[in-house]
Order: sequence, then C-alpha cells, then structure tokens
Amino acid sequence: MIEVQNVTHRYADRVALSSVSFEVKKGEIFGLLGPNGGGKSTVFRILSTMMVPTQGRAVVAGFDVARESAQVRRQVGVVFQTQSLDKALTVEENLRAQGHLHGLSGATLGERMTAAMDRLGLLDRRRDLVETLSGGLRRRVEIAKALLHRPQVLLMDEASTGLDPAARREVSRHVETLREKDGVTILLTTHILEEASRCDRLILLHKGKIVAQGSPGELCARIGGDVVVLESADTKSLAAGIAERFRVTPSVLDGQVRVEIANGHRFIAEVVEAFPGAVDSVGLHKPSLEDVFVRETGASIDE
Amino acid sequence: MNSFVLPAATLWQRELVRFWRQKSRVLGVVASPLVFWLIIGYGSNDLARFYSGSLVLTVMFSAIFSTISIIEDRREGFLLSMMVSPAPRTSLVLGKILGAATLAWIQGLIFLAFAPLAGVSIELIELIPVAAAIFLISFTLTGLGFVIAWKMNSTAAFHGIMNLLLVPMWMVSGSLFPMATAHGWIRAIMWVNPLTYSIALLNHTLRLPNATPGPTASLVVTALFGLVLLLASGALAAQKSTRSAA
Repeated sequence: MIEVQNVTHRYADRVALSSVSFEVKKGEIFGLLGPNGGGKSTVFRILSTMMVPTQGRAVVAGFDVARESAQVRRQVGVVFQTQSLDKALTVEENLRAQGHLHGLSGATLGERMTAAMDRLGLLDRRRDLVETLSGGLRRRVEIAKALLHRPQVLLMDEASTGLDPAARREVSRHVETLREKDGVTILLTTHILEEASRCDRLILLHKGKIVAQGSPGELCARIGGDVVVLESADTKSLAAGIAERFRVTPSVLDGQVRVEIANGHRFIAEVVEAFPGAVDSVGLHKPSLEDVFVRETGASIDE
Repeated sequence: MNSFVLPAATLWQRELVRFWRQKSRVLGVVASPLVFWLIIGYGSNDLARFYSGSLVLTVMFSAIFSTISIIEDRREGFLLSMMVSPAPRTSLVLGKILGAATLAWIQGLIFLAFAPLAGVSIELIELIPVAAAIFLISFTLTGLGFVIAWKMNSTAAFHGIMNLLLVPMWMVSGSLFPMATAHGWIRAIMWVNPLTYSIALLNHTLRLPNATPGPTASLVVTALFGLVLLLASGALAAQKSTRSAA
C-alpha cells in the first residue's frame, strides 16, 4: 500500500533522509520510531504530498506522491502533529469544510459527518467551538476529519504527542478499530515507545537512516537475554571493568551503564561483588524497543 | 465543477464566519485610518483630499491582516488540511483571496459611511460603481498580500515588507499629494505604481478632485493588476517544492 524506494531528502545543506526504503502492506499498522530530527517528519511530509523528495520515489495506493499528488490526496487521510483545525469554528463546521475540500456535499456529507462523529464519540460536542475542547478531544476531531473521505491510508504524525496516557490509549483504540473494521492501512510516526510497541511492524530512524526494522517482538528478540542498567558515580571505569571481566560490550548513556546479557540476575550478583561500592543502583528488565534503539545507535530516543 | 466551486466557497465562507465571530477586528482595521484621516483632514482643512487614500488604507490594513494569517495558518492551522486535500490549488487560492477581499470590502464600505464628512454625497444608484471599485481594490490588495505572504516563514518578515513596500507604495499613490504637483522622480514612481490607479478610480467614482489618470486607464490598470496577482498566487500555490508546504 505504501512503497518508499531509496528516498533521500536534503533541506538546503542538511541531509534529512538518506536512501530510505520500506514497504507497508495493506491493513498494517506501521510505525516510524525515532527521536526528534531523526527523519520521521520528513517521511511524513513526503508521503502526505506536502513536498517532493530530492531523490527517490514514494508510491501510496499505487500513485507516485510527486507526480500524481492529486490522486494520492484522494486516497490518504492525514492527521497532523500540529493542529489543522480552525479553532474559531465548531466541530461540525470544521468537518463540513473538510468534506467540501474533498468535493463532498449534501446528504452524503451529512451522513459521513454523523458517522465519523459517532465513531469518535463527538456527537454531543458537535456544536462546540474547537477552542473550547481539550487536547484529546481535538485529536479525535482531527481523526474524524481525516476519515470523512474514507481514505485507504491514514498517515498520523505524532498523533499522541502531548496527550495524557488515557487520551493516548483512546487514540490507539480508534486506530486499532479502523484497521480491524475498515482495513485501513495506517502509518504513524512516534517517539513514544509504548505507542511503537503496538505497531505490527516498525522502522527505527536515526539521523535520516533506517537503523533497524521488523515487528516489535523481532526487534526485541535481537537482544538475547536481559538488559541490566547500573548507575554509578564513575560510569566510565565501571564500564571498562565490566568489559574486561565479563567479556561484554556495555554502553554508557546518561550516567548509566547498560549491559545486555543472559541470566542477568546472576550477573548482578557478580558485578556488585566484583566492584564493591562502585554501583549505586541496579535495574534489570526484558529488552524493550528503547534498548534496541540504544543498541543500534548508541543514543537515547528522547534526546 | 463541484470539486472546484465547493472548496472555494467553503474557504470564502470560513473567512466570513471567523470575521463575524471576532467583530472587534473591524474596529481595529477601520479605526486607525479613520483617526488618521480626521487628524490630517481637519489639520489641513481638506478632508476631501485625503478621503480616498484613507479608504484605501482601511482596505489595505484589512487585506494585510487577512493574508498575514496565512503564514501562521500554514504552520499550524486549517491551511495544512487545505494543502493535503485534492482540491485544485487555484480553487483554494481563489476562495482564500475572495474571502479576505470580501472582508476588506465590508470594511471599506464601513469607511464609506463617513463620506458625507468629506462633502461627498452619493445617490443610491451611484453606490453601485463605488462599491464595485472598492471591491476591485480590495481584491488586488488581498492578492498582493497573498503573493507576499505565501513564501514567508515568519510574520516579522511580513511586517518588514509592509513598512518598506506597502506603506511607501500607498504614500506615493496620490493618497497624500496629487500627481500634478509632485516632484519629477516621485511623479515617475506614481505613474508606475498600480495603487495610483486605484486611488484615481475611487476619486472618479466619488467625484472627488485629483482624479488622474483618467477613468478608463484607472479601471483597466487596477483590474489587470488584480488579475496578474491572482494568477501569480495560483502559480505560487501550485508549485511543487522540495521544501515543505508547511
């Protein structure tokens, strides 16, 4: 449903994407995970036809985003990170304007609006001005708006950023239903790990490059065993000591030493004994997407 | 047809609804040219002389106010969804410009209510050409604002252009001094300044003095200027760019 082939994009002198290729199948929930400035938004802008890539090709629903942008726009619903609602208008007025932009009108538009508002639980707020709505509600209006023309593909840019956890789960639930009931293909960008872990497949973007791709399970399985995180006043010498004694490659990040190792609980006992006083605190967890990111890039995702 | 007219109509309507909900905006736009006019008019004891210029200033302020919002609206606002909709770009541009021009026109008409102070008495039937002239001028100035605003990233830059280009352009349009008595090089600038023809057009329809160039030239130049700006706006919006539209 979405094909990105060797896309490179430069903003003046900065390379935002370098030879990025990936494919999204029909009905998938596909995530682009990475820190801010990693290149996610650039992919989003290209796929949503806001700009053409400096090199390479992207195809959405069978149409080239650069050459057949009008056709792409008919097939795609877009949910922006920043608001694309008119705050001085009501929920209903925003939806109606959006319908008109897509050439919908009259009874058809009316039915679609009611259906979209019903689905996102907005019917009782239909006559409220958007500026009086909470962040979570506004995001729901954005989604309702993006669905009016029944797109095959939904593109969401940081759709849950700035929302509280409850509102975030709500958005996820709607996304899930869309895929289940309507077979909509969804591509979302995020730097929130919890959201990324709910995708079917995802790519990790860092400095404009894909550093890893696969399902969240596959990605986490790349790390055998456990992840042990140690806090220390002198992380450098602790890391060096661990590397020498246990034949592993620890990484140092944000005042913490991270070690990927099988049987982490035994390792903890040994490490604390081997370096008395050097370890301030210890943590052990199963590998997460964050660990995958750290492993592939040596950087934190929240940078 | 529907997919061209509907988007334009909906954008036009949106401008009007927003305007209606922020009525205080009218006061800001009409009040400052009005104060300016009354001071300079009573000060020089010649209200008639500065009337058309002040009316055009009202229209210009309104057009600037509407088009400056494009800059913000594109980064965060309704324009984002416009850009990713399949609606023809020309339809979007036309809707936006017509909407903003209608607002400028309404404010010009409000200013027109003060015409009796300038000693202008308008018969009901004469209102038609006057209103038409004000609309045409509103349309050109909105188009001008659109062309300037479209490529800009910050409203600060727009303010710069306003002070360095739009206000001086207005000053040498016959709004403050007539072409006949202007110094040589200023007069040359006035000849090529499209706004000179707009002021003259208004002076003709209101039967005020200093109505040079002639009526036909005034009408033709103003209309052509508007058309050129409309086409330029359409071309700008339809451009495909490797820079993001938002």
